[in-house]
Amino acid sequence: MQIIKRVGASKKQIIIIRLIAIMVALVASGIFIVMLGYNPITVYSNMISGALGSKIRLRATLLEMIPLTITSLGILVAFKMKFANIGGEGQILMGAFGATYVALFMDWLPEFLVIPVMFLVGFLVGGIWAVIPAIFKARFDANETIMTLMLNYIAIQWITYLQYGPWRDPELKGFAKIANFPQYALLPRVFGIHIGLIIAPVLVVFIAWFLRRTKRGFEITVVGESLSTARYAGMDISRIIITTMLLSGGLCGITGVIQAAGVNKTLTMNVSSGYGFTAIITTYLSGLNATKVLFVSFLFGVLLQGGSYIQSALQIPQSAADVLQGMLLLCALGSEFFVQYKVRFSKKNSVSSEVK
Amino acid sequence: MIPFLKNALISGTPLVFAVLGTMYNEKAGNLNLGIEGLMLLGAVAGFQMAIITENPLLALLFAMIFGALGALIYAFLTVTLRANQSVTGLALTIFGTGLSRFWGKRLMGMVLSETFRSYFRPISVPFLTKIPILGPILSIFVEQDIFVYLSYLAVILSGIYLYHTRFGLNLRAVGENAAAADASGINVTLYKYIHILIGGALCGLGGAYLSLVYVPSWQDNITSGRGWIAIALVIFTSWNPYRAFWGAALFGGLDIIGFRIQTLNLPIAINQQFLRMLPYIATLLVIIVGSIRKTSNHMAPKDLGNPYLREER
Repeated sequence: MQIIKRVGASKKQIIIIRLIAIMVALVASGIFIVMLGYNPITVYSNMISGALGSKIRLRATLLEMIPLTITSLGILVAFKMKFANIGGEGQILMGAFGATYVALFMDWLPEFLVIPVMFLVGFLVGGIWAVIPAIFKARFDANETIMTLMLNYIAIQWITYLQYGPWRDPELKGFAKIANFPQYALLPRVFGIHIGLIIAPVLVVFIAWFLRRTKRGFEITVVGESLSTARYAGMDISRIIITTMLLSGGLCGITGVIQAAGVNKTLTMNVSSGYGFTAIITTYLSGLNATKVLFVSFLFGVLLQGGSYIQSALQIPQSAADVLQGMLLLCALGSEFFVQYKVRFSKKNSVSSEVK
Repeated sequence: MIPFLKNALISGTPLVFAVLGTMYNEKAGNLNLGIEGLMLLGAVAGFQMAIITENPLLALLFAMIFGALGALIYAFLTVTLRANQSVTGLALTIFGTGLSRFWGKRLMGMVLSETFRSYFRPISVPFLTKIPILGPILSIFVEQDIFVYLSYLAVILSGIYLYHTRFGLNLRAVGENAAAADASGINVTLYKYIHILIGGALCGLGGAYLSLVYVPSWQDNITSGRGWIAIALVIFTSWNPYRAFWGAALFGGLDIIGFRIQTLNLPIAINQQFLRMLPYIATLLVIIVGSIRKTSNHMAPKDLGNPYLREER
């Protein structure tokens, strides 16, 4: 058996491989569903109608898509630079923390300025949370995977501290919760959803343009592809790493602002609820392509919302949906190999016997 | 103080297994972020078996098998299919967390029988605890349940295996430079598979300690982040099994000190959340200081995180 790198798989081949992966995942999950005593077809169709079947359900799906899209964009810029940002979770929380400070404690601001300042501060605080590891990566080549991972847990404890300590709403006795945002600090709504519905696609277009058409965006790719090329071209690598991570963490921070001010109406642990981790997978599956991020995030929104729908419709526990999600992910990751490589069982019947 | 140290060791025991498990992965050159998922799989599988059979050996075996099965998925994807290691590990954690939660739903509220629990009562090693002066100190280590003794065994065997056998040497070669190891005739793929699986089994054991002895009952997310701490601890203890043991005990102590301090009524309020941050901050500092002094780069297996493809050598 021989494994050969594909020299650019054709679009058709890639689509076929992806479809096979999805089929494998559906069959594997189907077996799991049968074991639970349900009909897989019923479950799948319920998931789809649960995610897209009515206006309310579609809104719920979009509400999942928005944070995934924006966080994925943040992760995407970092991954383009080959900077493994596993810290989306913490950056989201810190962004929400910044926004909450503005919403609850900067009451001297004129009301119309509150939301813009929340976004600005959320971007900066989320960004700083990513710049900390970036500095050490740039200066001393410290391992960013572990650093960003650790910062997640520090952020979680920090928010818990605020919730149970100084920011606890004294009016709610016996229940540790941070006060709800005032009305003027809640995001305006469009089509029954918060304004994130517009922000997310705008950011997608912006990042796609930024990476493809600007000098700064190009520098990110060069640093990611080859440090020595970047150095030879006279780029300031440290500066690029640090500013890119400010953008990466900042985008995650914006997710935090939107989730706090648009969904939870306050700062809670639910603001991140795993988006930082899931976004890593959506980014990877989108092949580091900003436009595809929107599409993959929508599919994941369907998966998440469909999963929580079958819980109420068919009494299948939410955890079963998590299992399905996990299986789908693992199959999708496996399929990547067949996009990159072809397997040939040696003996001279060359290309005809390649295995998908 | 002695009861506290004893408890620190107990609280560190799941970490000992998980850290060793993570270490085997990393010595083989694989950064596995699925440790949390593997621990949860082991925890739920072990608990299920304990409920059905009330047999401790079967429960532990089952926990190891499920840890290893989860690791097999990871190994297949990252070694054979060369999927991105971090992303695969995260997907494995999502999968393991979901599966354990789903499986555990029917185990919720179940209680392990008295006979089963009696297998894990502390056993004191005769004579050692009776030595004057030294006895009480020794009792920290030798008045523990059988699972803790098992962790000593795992540490010592890992130390011997890694540093005093040919297989251990080969394994380290795979992690340091897979291409060179391959050239010298080591079967890189086989070594990676075996040690990722051993690692998974150890993580499963670590999870099982929580559900069978430490808690002991089933609850969602019973590991509460210990899998991530294990990943941090491997770096903190610089990929050395003996140091891993002390590191696990230290972090185990940090984990329970929060409750202690609340009962002590200290004049200064030490916040529980800040204490819980300490392990993560400590790891962060280890990485940063290590990279400034160039030691952590030096200690980590050089091929860590790089997929190995013979054709691209």
